[in-house]
Amino acid sequence: MTDLCKLTLVESVQHIKEKKCAALDLLNSYIKRIEKSDKLNCFNSKDLDTAIKKAKSIDEKKDFSKILVGAPIAVKDLFCTRDVKTTASSKMLENFIPTYESTVTQKLWNEDAILLGKLNCDEFAMGSSNETSFFGNVLNPYRLNNDNLVPGGSSGGCAAAVAANLTSATVGTDTGGSIRQPAAFTGIVGLKPTYGRCSRWGIVAFASSLDQAGPMTKDVKDAALILDVISGYDEKDSTSANKPKTSFLNSLKNNVKGLKVGIPKEYRVENMPEEVNSLWQEGIKILKEQGAIIKDISLAHTKYALPTYYIIAPAEASSNLARYDGVRYGFRAEGKDLTEMYENTRSKGFGNEVKRRIMIGTYVLSSGYYDAYYLKAQKVRNLIKTDFDESFKDVDVILTPTTPTAAFKFGEKSDDPIAMYLNDIFTVTANLAGLPAISFPIKFNKDGLPLSLQLIGKSFDEQTLLNTAYSIEKEVNFKSQVKDWWM
Amino acid sequence: MSNKEFNYYINGKKSKWEVIIGLEVHAQVSSNAKLFSNSSTKFGADPNSQVSLIDAAMPGMLPVINKFCVEQAIRTGLGLKAKINLNSVFDRKNYFYADLPQGYQISQYKYPIVGEGEVFLDMPYGAKKIGIERLHLEQDAGKSIHDQSPTKTFIDLNRSGIALMEIVSKPDLRSPEEVAEYIKKLRSIMRYLGTCDGNMEEGSLRADVNVSVRKVGALEFGTRCEIKNVNSIKFIQQAIQYEAKRQVDLLEEGKFIDQETRLFDTKKNETRQMRSKEDAHDYRYFPEPDLPALRLESNFVEEIRKKLPELPDDKKKRFVNEYKISSYDAGVLTADKETSDYFEKVAKNSDVKLAITWVSGELFAVLNKHSLSIKDSPVSAENLTKLILLIMNNTISGRIAKDLFEIMLKDSRDPKVLVEEKGMVQESNIGELEKIIDKVLQNNQDKVSEYKSGKDKLFGFFVGSVIKESKGKANPALVNELLKKKLS
Amino acid sequence: MLIYLHLPLSLMSINKETIKKISKLARISVSNQETNRLEKDLNSILKFVEQLNHLNTDKITPISSVSNEVLTMNKDEIKIINEKEDILKNSPEKNEDYYVVPKVIE
Ligand SMILES: [Mg+2]
Ligand SMILES: [Zn+2]
Repeated sequence: MTDLCKLTLVESVQHIKEKKCAALDLLNSYIKRIEKSDKLNCFNSKDLDTAIKKAKSIDEKKDFSKILVGAPIAVKDLFCTRDVKTTASSKMLENFIPTYESTVTQKLWNEDAILLGKLNCDEFAMGSSNETSFFGNVLNPYRLNNDNLVPGGSSGGCAAAVAANLTSATVGTDTGGSIRQPAAFTGIVGLKPTYGRCSRWGIVAFASSLDQAGPMTKDVKDAALILDVISGYDEKDSTSANKPKTSFLNSLKNNVKGLKVGIPKEYRVENMPEEVNSLWQEGIKILKEQGAIIKDISLAHTKYALPTYYIIAPAEASSNLARYDGVRYGFRAEGKDLTEMYENTRSKGFGNEVKRRIMIGTYVLSSGYYDAYYLKAQKVRNLIKTDFDESFKDVDVILTPTTPTAAFKFGEKSDDPIAMYLNDIFTVTANLAGLPAISFPIKFNKDGLPLSLQLIGKSFDEQTLLNTAYSIEKEVNFKSQVKDWWM
Repeated sequence: MSNKEFNYYINGKKSKWEVIIGLEVHAQVSSNAKLFSNSSTKFGADPNSQVSLIDAAMPGMLPVINKFCVEQAIRTGLGLKAKINLNSVFDRKNYFYADLPQGYQISQYKYPIVGEGEVFLDMPYGAKKIGIERLHLEQDAGKSIHDQSPTKTFIDLNRSGIALMEIVSKPDLRSPEEVAEYIKKLRSIMRYLGTCDGNMEEGSLRADVNVSVRKVGALEFGTRCEIKNVNSIKFIQQAIQYEAKRQVDLLEEGKFIDQETRLFDTKKNETRQMRSKEDAHDYRYFPEPDLPALRLESNFVEEIRKKLPELPDDKKKRFVNEYKISSYDAGVLTADKETSDYFEKVAKNSDVKLAITWVSGELFAVLNKHSLSIKDSPVSAENLTKLILLIMNNTISGRIAKDLFEIMLKDSRDPKVLVEEKGMVQESNIGELEKIIDKVLQNNQDKVSEYKSGKDKLFGFFVGSVIKESKGKANPALVNELLKKKLS
Repeated sequence: MLIYLHLPLSLMSINKETIKKISKLARISVSNQETNRLEKDLNSILKFVEQLNHLNTDKITPISSVSNEVLTMNKDEIKIINEKEDILKNSPEKNEDYYVVPKVIE
C-alpha cells in the first residue's frame, strides 16, 4: 500500500472520493506519524478523538461530495477553534478555549476537512524562527549534519508539519513573511494572499493592517485548492474584500508564455550568499526558457521596508495585545490593586519578544514620538506601495528569493533582534503593500537544505502567481528529502 | 427682551473673575444595536446579558459599524447646523481600564464625522450663540461596580460598545445658567431629531466639563480642569460653581492650576482629583486598522437632510409668526417636540389664545405636579381641543370648564359626553335665567335699591350671585344682558 | 549578516527612565535586569528604524491601510440574544454574573 501521508492534499481527497481508501484510513496513517513525531514539537494540542469520530461519520454517510472531504488538517494555533484550546503559543492564552470558530477554519470544516490539532508558532506570531513560542522550539525536519535547525517563523509548526507529512496541508498567517519564510526553510509551498482576500475574523490579531491567512502545502495545486476554500468575503471583517468567487485550482495552467516578469535590482543585496543569487538566476532562466519576458525593474524604497514594518507592526500589536489584561480570559497574576494585577499579568504572561514589540509599539505611538516614527512609517509605506503600483504597469509578476539564507541553527540570531528581523527582508514588502506573494521550493543547497523563490503579484491576482509557480514547479521537479530521522 | 444683564462673576478677595466653560457632552445614540456589534442597547438588563464576543473583546473579534448610528450622527450634525465631513476616520484611543475590554476605545480623533456648528441659547439678557467644535462617534465603556464587595470590583459590560456621540463645544459658555440652557437646548434638538433620548438618569446624556477662570478683561484663557462624567444639570452647575471658586482661591493665593482631570463628589458637593488617573495619560491615538475610512456620498447626506424635521429654533419662529404669540410663549411651547406637537394639534383645531392658556396653564400645572411628560398626559390633545370647543360654542362656561378638566384627568371619555352626563351644560334659556335673576333680585331688595341710587359697583355682585345660584351653569354673557335690562 | 547597517546617528535614544515610562503605559512591569536588556534592544531597534530619516517625506500622504474597501455597514438589528455564559466562560475569577477584578479606587 502507498504511504497515504505522502499524498498531496489534492491526491488524498481524490483517493477518498474514488474510494481508494476510507477517510478513517487516511486519518489513521496521519495519526500514526503524528504520534511518533512529538520530538518535532509541531503540535500545541491534538484533537485526535474528535478527528476519528468525524472520519467515521464521513465514511458512514458515504457522502464524498465536499471539496476537502476527509482531509486531515492541522492549523496554526492562532485560529480560534470552537471548544479546542487556542493559545497563540503564549502563556497568556495557555488555557483559552474559544466558544467560536474563525471564519477561515470554519470554511475548512464546511468542506468536510478534519481538524487534527493546533500547530505551534512564535508567540502571537512574533518571530522568524519559532523560538519565541511558550511551548518550545519546533524542529525543522531538515537538519545540518545532525544539528537541529529552526523551521522559520512564525508559522514554524505549520511548515514543519507539512514538510514532515504530519498534516495533508495547513493554513498559517503571514504578517511580514510568517507563511513564506518558514515554507522556504522547510521546502514547501506558502502563499500569502492579497490583504482582504481571506477573512481575519477569529484569528488572534498581531498587526491588523498586515495580517493575512494563507495556505501552506506540499505543492502549488494544493495551495490553489486551500485558497479556493478559505478565501472570500466575510461581512464580519470590514477589511475583507468583496470579489467574485472563482476557482484558482480549476483555472490553474502551466503556461507563462509572454508573461512579463520583473526582477527588482534592489533585492540584490550586499553580502547575499552566492547560493541565493544563483538560485535566483536559475528561476530567471527557467522562466525565460518557458517564454516569459524578463524585465529589470526598480523598487526604490525596498531598503526602507523592514524599518517601516518594525514601526507599524509593533504599533498595531501594542494596541491589539492590550486586551490581554487578565480581566476576562487568559492568564492572570495577582496584584494588590488593578494596576498591579495588569502589570504582573502582562509581565509574566508575555514572553520577551512580545514584550519588546509591545514596548517599541507603545513608544512609537506615544506623545511626542508619533510623528517622528509612526507617521513617518505610514508615509514610507505609501512610497513602498507606489513603487509596486508603478512596476506593475510594466510587469505581471515580480520574482525574488524568499529569504536571504537557508534555515539556520537555533540560537544563532535569537540574541540580536535586528539580525532576526533581517530574515523578513524580502517578504515584508508584500505585506506593507498588501500584495499576494508565494514561496515555492526550487532546489537544495550544498548542505541539503531547501532554497525557495518568491513571486509577488498584483492585487487580487493570485491566479497569475499560482500559474507561474506551477510552471516553474513542473520544471524543477523538487522532491522532498525529509528523512524521518526523529521517528 | 434684554431687560437683564449678564452677571455671573466670581468676586475674589482681590479681583473679579470670569468663568470659561466648555462642554464635552456624551449623548447615547438611540439605536437598537451597539456601534460595532449586534447586541442590544436596552437599559436595565441583567448584568453581562447584552454582551457579544466583540463587546467582550475576545481574541480575533472585529468591529463592523452600525449604519443607523452613522446616520444619527449626521442627523445630529445637521441639527447643529454643522459641517458634515464626507471623509472621516476611526481611531483607537489606548488606555487600560477594567471596564474597557479592548484596552482601547474606538473613537474619532483627527477626522471626526461632524465639524463646526452652532447652538443658540435664549438667555434673559438676549440670544447667545455657542460654537460647536465637533461631533464624533465613539464606543461607550462598561460599568465598574465598586460597592458590592470590600475587596473586589465587579465589571458589567452591557454598556460596552454602545454608540455615543461626543459633542464638543467651544469654550463659549460663561455661567452655570448658560451651561444648563446649553444642555437643555442640545437635548431638545436631539429629541426633535430622535437621535438621543436625552435621559440623564439612565446615563444617555453625560458631560465632561472644562472649567477655567480669568480676570475680567483678560484675553488669555487660564489653565483648565476637566470634571469627568457629571450626569445631571444640577450637579454640573454645582460642580462649576465649586471648581471656579477653587481655582480663583488658588490663583489669588499666588498658586498655579494644574491641568488635571477631576471628579465631582455629589455627596460632598466638591470636585477632587481622580486617583485612578494619577499617571499622566498618553492615549496613543492611531487610525483603527480594523476599519477602512468612513467615506460618505454627498447624496447620502442630502437624503438625510431632506428628512430632517422642523427644529426648535425654526418652530419657535414659526409659532411667533403664525400664531402671533409672544417669543416667550413660543419658547416654552417649542422646548420639546411633544409639547409643540400637542399645542399645535389643539391650536389648529380650536383657538390659539385659549390653547396657550390651557396648555401652558392648566395642563402644565397638572403635569408638573405629577412630574409627567406630555406624552403621558392624562388629557389627550383631542379631548383638550373638544373642551375648548365647548367653551367657544357656549356649551360650558369658563368656570365649568375647569371642573370639567378636573374630571377629564380621571375620565378619558369625550368631554361632550361628560358634560351631558354630569349636567354641566351652560344655561342659556332666557326664561330659565330670568327665573333665577328674579329670585336673586327678590332676595336682595336692599342691594337693588342701593344700586338704583347710584352704587354701580354692585352689578358684579348680582352677576356672581346669579351664576352661583345656577350652580355655575348660567351663561355669563346672557346674565349680563338680562340683568342690565331688569335693573334699568 | 550585516546588510543594512549603515546607520545614521540616532536622533533619539531611550534611557532607563523612558523604559519605566513605557512600561507603565503598556502595563508591563519590568525588573531592573530586564530594563538593562530592554534599553539595549530597544535602542538598537530604534537605530534600525531611524534609517527612515534618510528619506524626505514632506509631501507624502501617510497611509494606514492598503485596503481600498469602502466601509461596509451593518443594519441596526439585534442578533446577539444572551451570550453571558460564553463570554464569562474563560474568566480567571469565576462569578455567575460579573467579571471580577481587584478593588478599583477612583
Ligand atoms: Mg473628555
Ligand atoms: Zn468621549
